[in-house]
Formats: sequence, C-alpha cells, structure tokens
Amino acid sequence: MIKKILEIDDLTFSYDDNNVLENINLSLNEKDFLAIIGPNGGGKSTLLKLILGILETKNGKITINNQNPSLQLSNIGYVPQNTNINTSFPIKVIEVVLMGHISYKKPIFGYGKDEIACALGALAQVGMEKFANSKIGSLSGGQRQRVMIARALCNHPTLLLLDEPTASIDVDGQKQIYELLKELNKFITIVVVSHDISVTLNYANKVAYINKFLKLHNNINKFSTTPQNGHFCEVELMQMFRNKNV
Amino acid sequence: MFEIFTVDFMQNALMAGVLVSLISGIIGSLIVVNRMVFLAGGIAHTSYGGIGLAIFLGLPIFLGASIFAVAASILMAFLALKYKERVDTFIGLIWATGMAIGVILIDLTPGYNVDLMSYLFGSILAVETSDLYTMFSVFVMILIFVIFGYRNILAVSYDSEYAHIRGVNVGLFYTLILVVSSIGIVMTMKVVGLILVISMLTIPVFIAEKISNSLIGMMIVSGLISTLFTIIGLMVSYYYNLTTGATIILVSVVGMILFLTIKKIYDLFKRGTIA
Repeated sequence: MIKKILEIDDLTFSYDDNNVLENINLSLNEKDFLAIIGPNGGGKSTLLKLILGILETKNGKITINNQNPSLQLSNIGYVPQNTNINTSFPIKVIEVVLMGHISYKKPIFGYGKDEIACALGALAQVGMEKFANSKIGSLSGGQRQRVMIARALCNHPTLLLLDEPTASIDVDGQKQIYELLKELNKFITIVVVSHDISVTLNYANKVAYINKFLKLHNNINKFSTTPQNGHFCEVELMQMFRNKNV
Repeated sequence: MFEIFTVDFMQNALMAGVLVSLISGIIGSLIVVNRMVFLAGGIAHTSYGGIGLAIFLGLPIFLGASIFAVAASILMAFLALKYKERVDTFIGLIWATGMAIGVILIDLTPGYNVDLMSYLFGSILAVETSDLYTMFSVFVMILIFVIFGYRNILAVSYDSEYAHIRGVNVGLFYTLILVVSSIGIVMTMKVVGLILVISMLTIPVFIAEKISNSLIGMMIVSGLISTLFTIIGLMVSYYYNLTTGATIILVSVVGMILFLTIKKIYDLFKRGTIA
C-alpha cells in the first residue's frame, strides 16, 4: 500500500481580511517529488509555513503522517529560503548541521557523540564531510546550500521542504543540488518551492501552481493537450515548448 | 616596567581590567553576532538613569545601574521581537529617557556634586575591593549562562527562524542574551565609561572574528585581546598621566589598525607564494 505523507484538506488561510490561500487540497505519497511554482505573493511561502506549523491553520486541516504538523516536527526537514545571511558568523559547518537536532530533549551542555556521528553522516550524504570543520562563510553558495540540506537531513525526516533552494546559485551548483535531491527522493518525500520551472520539470513528478488557489499537475512528463478550465501557467507553457522540440 | 602594579589601587585596577576584559570578550561576541551593537549602546546610556537613582536614594551605584540596565534590556528585547522594523526609533527613545532621568535625579539630590566624567569615561583607578567581588560574580554568572545555554544561544544567534522550528524558545533566549549582556555592560562601564563601552565591546571582537571559526573561540580570543589592550592602556595612562578609559580605547584602535595592516600584508604574501 502506498503511504500517505502529507494531506491537506480544504485549507483556507488569511493574514487579515483577504484570503491568501483558498480551498487548498493536496495529497502527497511516499517518494513524491512536488514542485511548487507561482507568482510572488501567491501564497507559496505561506503554505510552507503552514505545513511547518509556524503559522496556525484556522480553516481546513493539514496532517503529516496522519498527525498534526506540530507533533511531526521531528519528521520534517526544512531548508529556508535565504542561506546567504550571516556569512561572517563564526560557526563551523558541523555546528550548523548539529542545529538540526531538536534541542530541548538533549543535554544542554555540548553535543552527544551520537549527535555528532549523525551530523557527519548527514554531511556525507550531501558530499560535504570534508568541510565539517570549515567556517560556513568560507564555502560557496552551492556548498552552503548543501550544508543546509544536511542540517535538514539530520533528524532523518520523511518529508523535506525546500524554499527556493537554487535562488542564488550558479547553473552548475543548481544542477548539483537537483541531482542530490533526486538521490534523496529515493527514500524521502520532497517539496520544493522554485521559480526554476525548467529544472523543476525534469525532477518533479508533481507540480503545483499556487496563486491563491492550487492547481495540481500530475504526470507532468506526459504532454497534456490544451489548457483546461481556463487555467494556464508555466507548466502548460513548458509543455508546449517541449512538444515543439519533439 | 611592571612595578606600577605594586601600588595598591593599581593592583585593583589591573584585576578589574582583566575581569572586565574577559566579560566584554564574551558579551561583546554575543552582541556583535546578534547585531545588537546599537541596543547595547542604548542599554549603556539608559543605565545612567539607574546611576542617578542610586545616588538619589543612596544605593550602591552598581545596583541602581544594573536595575535600569536589566529593565531597559527586557523592554528593548520585547520591542525588538515585536516591532523589528521600528526598533531603532524605540532604542533612541529609551536611550535619551534614561539619560534624562539620571541627570534630573542627580539635580534633585541635595548637596551632591557629581563627577559626571567618571561615569561617562570610566574610573578604573577608583575600583574598590568590593567592586572586584561584584565583577567576579558577574563573570561567573555569564560563564554559567554561556556554557549551559551554548547550543541554544548559537542556534538563536545564527538562524533564529530555524531554531524556532527545532523547538527552541527564541524569544526567551534573545531576551536572556540581552539581559546577561546588560549586566556585563554595567561592569564594563566602570572601566571605560558609558560613552566608550561600545568600542570595548566591539574592537576586540572585530579582530577575533577574523581569526576564529567558532563562537566560543571568538569569545576566548576577544577576551584575551581585550585583556592585552587593557593592560597596555593602563600602563600608558599611568606613565603619561592620561585618562585611563580613553587610553585603553585608543590602544585598542591602534591595535586593530596594526592587526588589519599585518593581516593584509600576510594575505598578499600568501597569495604571492602560491602563484
């Protein structure tokens, strides 16, 4: 049986009077790779924050592994949008990764041996173990992004959320990040917010276009004929281009 | 050349200098990495209100200043967390209010002819033995806070959003960092005064930032650098009869320029040998 990882039922959210998200329904299974696209202010980051439990749902319901998101925090890995902040901060790569452990249940003094072993393992997964004792600011943007992914992997999540992971990285670095995500996707469900539609289409198996409403494109690698229900977004556009090339 | 430290008040000054240097190395690191320098300046100036209150009521100066500093830091932490974009305006407001309260309270104290200069520019040569005990207790308190809270302090300082997701109480730790710093600031003020306290908190940290790759390393290195500057400053001010606080600061500035110059030459040299 296919395991459901994320389930969003009839979610509507507003900061004040105007709805930012309306009637969102989404279901993700094990090993799904969802790309979320859409215009700025369309509600992409808001949806991520709701999934992470930073914002509280009022109307509708989000469940992760059949539980409330706040109870599933240890099963969610998160890579925030801007990882180029604070690059002069005196912190080693390994210390950044160790932040991924939930702190309040562990001893407050120093780090446990198992935690360090686990963090080194996460670094090895993203190919950055050699840099464990480097200062975070000495890395390139792409390397730093991989460290942030290692931090998110630290607690062995079943769901990995990434907010614009390739926004400030050169083309080579972007490809490396997506290849890495492809590897991780073999055992982790991935949700990535990205403007990078062409790259996204090559790796994701589902694409959600969010602009207040959510339109899900399943099986995006198959060409769908004409836009339906008046919905037309970058996904259709890319599919049209792709069709021309064929 | 070290015979000056056989004089009684110079021994006290030396010990106070070392203690305060270590304190300012730790809290200076916290203040710089959290971008709280302006907040620290605000706390230092607000605590002048506490000095006024202590003089007016006949309380110990440290106590009055600490009460005001802690109150100001809690208020500022609250405002900084709640109104991130407007926090500079609020700091300026609290800053001026504290100083004004201090001036008025000293005006109202009958027959008190205050030596304002010693609070503005420090009075390390007037440190008494009881002050040393206070400084030592504060040093131990700060050490305990940093050692036991290190993980959370690091997480909140480096990436508060992520810390929040990982279950760290960001508001609590942000406030604690400011409160602990504020008490350290009051101690540092005794040595260099409330106007110069900012440079004592930032110059050694600025140098340490370049040569350390962890927060704890930065704290230790800046504490040691600060100690060096303070001892040299003390000796220079003694032999040339200069104001000690200002001399320590100028020694620090010269030290920083020297460091940056040597580092620049070293970097150029290193690049040259590789090529």
